[in-house]
Formats: sequence, C-alpha cells, structure tokens
Amino acid sequence: MSIHDLSVPIAVPARSWRDRLGSIVPILVLAPSLAASFVYVFVFTGWTLYLSLSDSTLLPSYGFAGLDNYVSLWSNRRWNIAYTNLFLFSGFYIVGSMAVGLLLAILIDQRVRGEAVWRTIFLYPLAVSFIVTGTVWSWLYNPVDGIQALVRGLGWSDFSFALTSDRNHAIYAVIITGVWQSSGFAMALFLAGLRSVDPDLVKAAQIDGASVVRTYRKVILPTIAPIFLAVAVIQIQFAIKTFDLVAALTRGGPGISTTFPAIYVYDLMFQRGEIGEGAAAAVMMLAALAVVLVPYSLWVVWRRRAEAGNG
Amino acid sequence: MAERAAAIDLEAAAASRRHFWSRFAIYGLLTVFAAVYLIPLFVVVFNSFREQAEIARDGLISLPRTFRLEAWAQAWSTYCIAGTCQGMQRNFLNSLWMTIPATIISTLLGAVNGYVLSKWRFKGSEVLFTLMLLGVFMPGQIALMPWAFVLGKLGLTNSTYGLILVHVVQGISFTTLFCRNYYVGIPDDLIKAARIDGAGFWRIFWKIIMPLSPPILIVTVIWQFTGIWNEYLFGVVFTSGQAQPITAALVALTASGTTARSYDVMSAAVLIGALPPLLIYLFGGKYFVRGLTQGAIK
Repeated sequence: MSIHDLSVPIAVPARSWRDRLGSIVPILVLAPSLAASFVYVFVFTGWTLYLSLSDSTLLPSYGFAGLDNYVSLWSNRRWNIAYTNLFLFSGFYIVGSMAVGLLLAILIDQRVRGEAVWRTIFLYPLAVSFIVTGTVWSWLYNPVDGIQALVRGLGWSDFSFALTSDRNHAIYAVIITGVWQSSGFAMALFLAGLRSVDPDLVKAAQIDGASVVRTYRKVILPTIAPIFLAVAVIQIQFAIKTFDLVAALTRGGPGISTTFPAIYVYDLMFQRGEIGEGAAAAVMMLAALAVVLVPYSLWVVWRRRAEAGNG
Repeated sequence: MAERAAAIDLEAAAASRRHFWSRFAIYGLLTVFAAVYLIPLFVVVFNSFREQAEIARDGLISLPRTFRLEAWAQAWSTYCIAGTCQGMQRNFLNSLWMTIPATIISTLLGAVNGYVLSKWRFKGSEVLFTLMLLGVFMPGQIALMPWAFVLGKLGLTNSTYGLILVHVVQGISFTTLFCRNYYVGIPDDLIKAARIDGAGFWRIFWKIIMPLSPPILIVTVIWQFTGIWNEYLFGVVFTSGQAQPITAALVALTASGTTARSYDVMSAAVLIGALPPLLIYLFGGKYFVRGLTQGAIK
C-alpha cells in the first residue's frame, strides 16, 4: 500500500495545477538518477558489448568483426591462465575465509570477554584498501626482507617461504592474503546469523543432552544455512572482480602466473592497445557474474515469496 | 551420604577442569588469530618510525630500537614518485577532494531516491528500482572504455571532477538501495497524516524523513567514503601522475623502487593512505559493520 494511491481521493475535489505538479515531483526528482543509472548499466554495457564485436585495437573503432575477439581471447594462453587462476582462487578463497570466519564467529559466540575488541581486530582489514593490504603483504612475502628472512634469522637457516617469487605458487600468496583480508567479513555475517538463532531451540538440544559440537552441527548451523550461501555468493563476486589485490601484491607476476581476468582486461585495453579483445574479456567477466547472481537472486525472491506465503 | 557428596565434588571438579580447558582453548585460539591479523599492522607502524639502516640490519619484522618521524615527513612532502619529489600530499588531497564531494552527492541522491521509491511509489517504480540495483553488481571493467570516452568529451580526463562523476554514478545504486530499504520501515501512516495536513513532497522529506534518517545516513556515508577512498581501478585508469588518488600513487611509489627499498618511507606512505578509513572504522565501527551486513544480505 503506497501513499500515492491515497492521493487520488484527496485530490479529486479540486485537482489544481499544484496537485498535478505535486504528483510529478517525485518522478522529476528520480529522473536524473534513473537516467544516469540507465546509461551506466545499459548503454555502457551495450557499448562494451559492441566494442567486443568490433575491430578496435589501439583506438575504439566500430567496424564489425563478429566473434573474432572472442576466438582470439579463448585461444590466448594468458587468458587461459587468468580464468584457471580465478577458479583456483575462488575455491580456496571462499572455503578458506568461510572456514576461518565461521571458526572465529563460533569462538566469539562462546560469551567471551571483550567481544568488541576481538571483533574490531578481525574486521579492521576490511576497512583498508586491497592496495594497502597487498603492498604490505608483498613485503612480508619478500624472501630477502620478510617472513623467510625472519625465520632464517631465528636459526632455521634453510627455511623457505618465497611464494611470490615462484611462478607455480604465487597464486597461493594471493589466496592467503585474500583470506586474511576477508575472513573478518565472513565472521561478521556468521556472527549475526548465530545471534539470530532461536535460543529455545538451542536450550532444547542441550536438555536432550547434546554436546556443544553436536548442537552446532545438528541445530545451529543448519538454521543459518542461507548465510553460508550469501557469504559464498558475495565472495565469488569479489573473486571475479579481483584486481587491486593482485595489482598491489604481485602485479600479475612472476611472469604472467598471477594474471586474473580483471588484470587481463586492464592490460589489453590500456597497455597493449587491444581494446576489442579487452572488451571481450570484460564481457566474459560480466557473464561470469550473471551466472552466479541471476540464479541466486531468483532463489532469494522465490524464498521470500514462499516465506510470505507460509506466514 | 559422605560418599555421595564426595562423588558430586569430584564430578564438579572434573566439570570445572573441563570448563577451564575449554576456556583456555577459546582464548588461546582467539589470541593466535588476533596476532596473525595484527602483526602486519604492527610491522608497518613500527617501520614507519624506524631508521632505514636499522630495518636493513635487523630485518623488516622486528621490534623498533629507534623512534623518528622523518619517514613520515618525507612520505608526506619530499619523497620522489616517478620523478616528481613532492611526496604523497598532492595525492592525499586529491583523494580527499574526490571522496568528500562524491560521498555527499551520492548519499543525498540516495536519500531522495530512497524516499521516492518507498513513500511515493508510482506505476513501474518497483521495476525501475530493480533496474537501478543492477548497477550494484556491474564490474567496473565493463564501463571503462565508455567512461574514458565520456570523460574525454566532457574534458574531465585526468581530473578529480571526472572521478567524482564516476563515483557518484556508480554509487547511486548502493545509496538508493540502503536508504530505500530503511525508509520502507518508516510507517506510511506518518506520511499520510502529514499529507492530510497539507504537507508536500519536500516538506515531508525535510520535516519527517530527514529527522528519522541519521542512522542510515551514517551507514551510507561510511560505506561510500571507505569505498571511494579505497578504490583503485578508476583512479589508475582515468588519472596519471600528480592527479592520481592515493591508492594509485601508492602502487606507483612501491613500484618505483629504483635502488634499495626505503621501507621506512613506504611504510609511512602506506599508513597515510590507510589512516582515513581506519579512523572512520575505529570511531564508527558499529555503523561500518551494519553497512557491510546490510549491503551483503539485501
């Protein structure tokens, strides 16, 4: 029930120019934002989609080239590395940050002292940029100055920890840093979920003699299952858009070993003058997001309807 | 009788021992994780006050023996990035002059849009809202070339105004979402009563909606400020050199390590870039977390 429906009976007696003006004000107010969003979402997307089908190289050009850019994209070894990295990263990053986040949330939920302090510590990485995080971690990974040097200095002289200078393992440096940055976020969402579980349910389980572990496994975690899905979907989104973290941490290297789709787009568009193929890669990123988000949004809407129907 | 009491005592002692060990495990684990989270921060803070010679001798990860502020002064005003020796101050101010207007404009637009979309719905307004929401999910990469063209046409390439425009347009969908979902919770009867009393669109907005808005406006401002301050992609693509925001300048600074890396100055520079959002987080943590969870679940 909206207010606007009500305006008709009030306005009927004398529908003056003022009333009529009044009813278009909301639309006028919304119009600039709508226009901007429309251009941003549809025109810009359509534009890039067209560029991806064009023969653009150093400058945008609008000659039609069909799917040439996509063919050349998918046959490019570097793109192959980029999406393989994305899959690898997404898997470890999501599982890792959810596992750490859930553990921290459960620990904090045990009525610990100084809850606010713990939470503040685990969440602060989220306030600083991926650029800051990536820069600082690149120092820690640096074999000459960072963690390896520290441990060797303590006497373990053949200790080796040089992820970022090893092309086969640099991706794990990105994963570890990503998990470090965002497990606090998973913790915050899980903690909110744990707090929303009906206490009577938990009490009932305890009266039945269920252990703490069993209570979590059989009663609490199943009721917050939708939060697992929400966290996973948000993390996949982060993963697909990953750019800053890699730019600051490894710059895609050593060599091209930590190239990600977003890095690839940037590189082709602005470093190599392959705008058409860069646009094709950007469209693939959008497609990947749609594959994740469209089913999820439909599921959320469906669940809300189902809940509304039951209630 | 006495035997039974002794048995109960034993059981109680066992239970309290179990309790002690489980508490010990909980705090132990939390402490280990807290150390992992805090050590990188301590490393940067310490190094920004240590002498470079000391860092080179004792290593990057070490307790400080010296305390000096010179690295901060250098990072702020004299350190050379890609040939220009003016430190980070220009870039810090760029970020500030970009983030503050973009935050204010996008938040105000979000508030007004949210007000229309929750209290002045019209035919099709729900559909329009859904379309606006798509902007939340769009990857920045898909808009890069179009933006480059539009900014070029407007004469806003390499300028803070251009970045403000980009961030406002990109931010509207977030701010509208936040405000609309909050305003839906304000009872419609309140608005009805005001309308019957003859209050119009703007009067209701200023006299009823705005006084009820501080919680959501704080959440939105914090979300926008930290998001825009920390943004890198648009900054590095649309600006260069002295016009860059601080995130882009930090990458340029740490990449331009010509000879020995001066960790002292770079640490201070990193902290200069991290301080504004960190301070906001420390003082407005509650609202920061609320923004995160709302932005996530909705």
